[in-house]
Amino acid sequence: MAGHDVEAVRKDFPILTRTLAGDRPLVYLDSANTSQKPRQVVEAMERHYLEHNANVARAMHQLGAEASAAFEAGRDKVAQFIGAPRRDEVVFTKNASEALNLVARVLGDDGRVSAGDEVVVTTMEHHSNLVPWQLLTQRTGADLRWFDVTDEGRLDLDSHTLTERTKVVAVTWVSNMLGTINPVEEIVRRAHEVGALVVVDASQAVPQFPVDVAALGADFVAFTGHKMVGPTGIGVLWGRYDLLAELPPFLGGGEMIETVSMDSTTFAAPPHRFEAGTPPIAQSVGLGAAVDYLSRIGMDQVAAHEQRITAYALDVLRELPGVSIVGPKEPVDRGGAISFTVDGVHPHDVAQLLDSQGVAVRAGHHCAKPLHARFGVQSTTRASFYLYTTEAEIDALGAAIRHTQSYFGAR
Amino acid sequence: MNAANVDAMYQEIILDHYKNPHGAGLREPFEAEVHHVNPTCGDEITLRVHLDGGRVADVSYAAEGCSISQASASVMNELLVGKSVEEGLQTLTVFQELMQGRGQVEPDEDVLEDGIAFAGVAQFPARVKCALLAWMAWKDAVAQASAEEDS
Ligand SMILES: Cc1ncc(COP(=O)(O)O)c(C=O)c1O
Repeated sequence: MAGHDVEAVRKDFPILTRTLAGDRPLVYLDSANTSQKPRQVVEAMERHYLEHNANVARAMHQLGAEASAAFEAGRDKVAQFIGAPRRDEVVFTKNASEALNLVARVLGDDGRVSAGDEVVVTTMEHHSNLVPWQLLTQRTGADLRWFDVTDEGRLDLDSHTLTERTKVVAVTWVSNMLGTINPVEEIVRRAHEVGALVVVDASQAVPQFPVDVAALGADFVAFTGHKMVGPTGIGVLWGRYDLLAELPPFLGGGEMIETVSMDSTTFAAPPHRFEAGTPPIAQSVGLGAAVDYLSRIGMDQVAAHEQRITAYALDVLRELPGVSIVGPKEPVDRGGAISFTVDGVHPHDVAQLLDSQGVAVRAGHHCAKPLHARFGVQSTTRASFYLYTTEAEIDALGAAIRHTQSYFGAR
Repeated sequence: MNAANVDAMYQEIILDHYKNPHGAGLREPFEAEVHHVNPTCGDEITLRVHLDGGRVADVSYAAEGCSISQASASVMNELLVGKSVEEGLQTLTVFQELMQGRGQVEPDEDVLEDGIAFAGVAQFPARVKCALLAWMAWKDAVAQASAEEDS
């Protein structure tokens, strides 16, 4: 198999050739926050708006038919990309957060979680896969429980025992802070043993490695378009069709109905039942182009590159005195996000100094405050990588950290 | 403005206050205690105000955050302790105008003393909140403490 040609890939991302203030070339190490977009995605959306734009489903004219076909083609591509057994298992939302809120809301409305039941999450969750479950358990009187994290940054599956009271287990596949890849198959096995449903937050997984939802065996999988070289404004909820078909709607409005009278309404079949109002049409076109782009490169190649570059970055960061990695330090079951602290320099100051060197990273709690508390830190600096990240960029990160240390007199 | 010019932000004065903060720590007595958080970055401050007949007798605090938010708490302590509440609130207004002036406001050294060092921070919109965190906490605490004194 031919190797991953990073330089060729970078040509598709014009933004990566930008220079920033002080004539510094951009070193973009914030892809776990949002990825950059290749020309192919932007051009597909531009073409759609300039040549095929109309509303979907409700427009009878030729443009309406073209727009509907383009929108639904995006769904086909996503379904194929994640190995969904049926295309109508793919529900479009506005992002992963909305997808997770959707599941939490309708499971409660359907009475599948009620007083005395248990919903189980982990301390590793992004707030998007924690707060909706807090809201659900508060609303229903159910209990929220969680799996803890070991000092090394791995899930401790012995820290909580699932029982027949457990109705839902909601877990992130890849931690956006620690980079840890969780043993989701094992969690699915344990959850299904007690009859619980499994919701997987795959926001950091689908962009990074091949995902086959049928093989995974979970009941719901959520992810977000903008982290996988796609546009903002579109997220995906995949759900088992038999489950989706039993669940009540989330939002009410146009397109989600079968028939409406003044006092009653019957609802469309999935996925439209869960897509009230004008959907993210151009975004579906863009997401379709994004999965075409990733598929052409090959998700195996994307994953292998991510592994290589993460291993290289772990080596560079481990070598730096005064720098501590928070999370797994070996490139094993680990994705391309590395959070770290620099002795004597606050993460915001680190990020600001790195930015002055052209290196874009994220600093803060990365929407994972409980996880930061678990590691006794208020915030961290996070560097994250993707298919366009080079070793030279990691070297630039290392140099910029050393510059930061001498600037603050920390070393 | 040159975003790469971090030297404009990290003035010597700011780094000095960061390394040797004035008036840090929580003290008694106090009439009001508040806890403020910057939700975007997680910076936090617990701040106490002790008023004595319309005068700011003490501002004590425990802050966790970046150099800008820490230094700003330190400078604020220096500026406000000993002033009347009214003067303190005027100083707050002047500092706020400087911070929200996008680098266009000429700082008034007579009023702000070391606080003029924050003029550079005003050019970095993402960091303005860091500089204002302690001040907003003080404003909140002083309102509570004054209500207390009046009642
Ligand atoms: C693990 C994880 N879950 C959920 C989200 C939320 O994604 P979005 O903001 O697109 O809803 C993110 C990204 O911020 C994430 O990293």
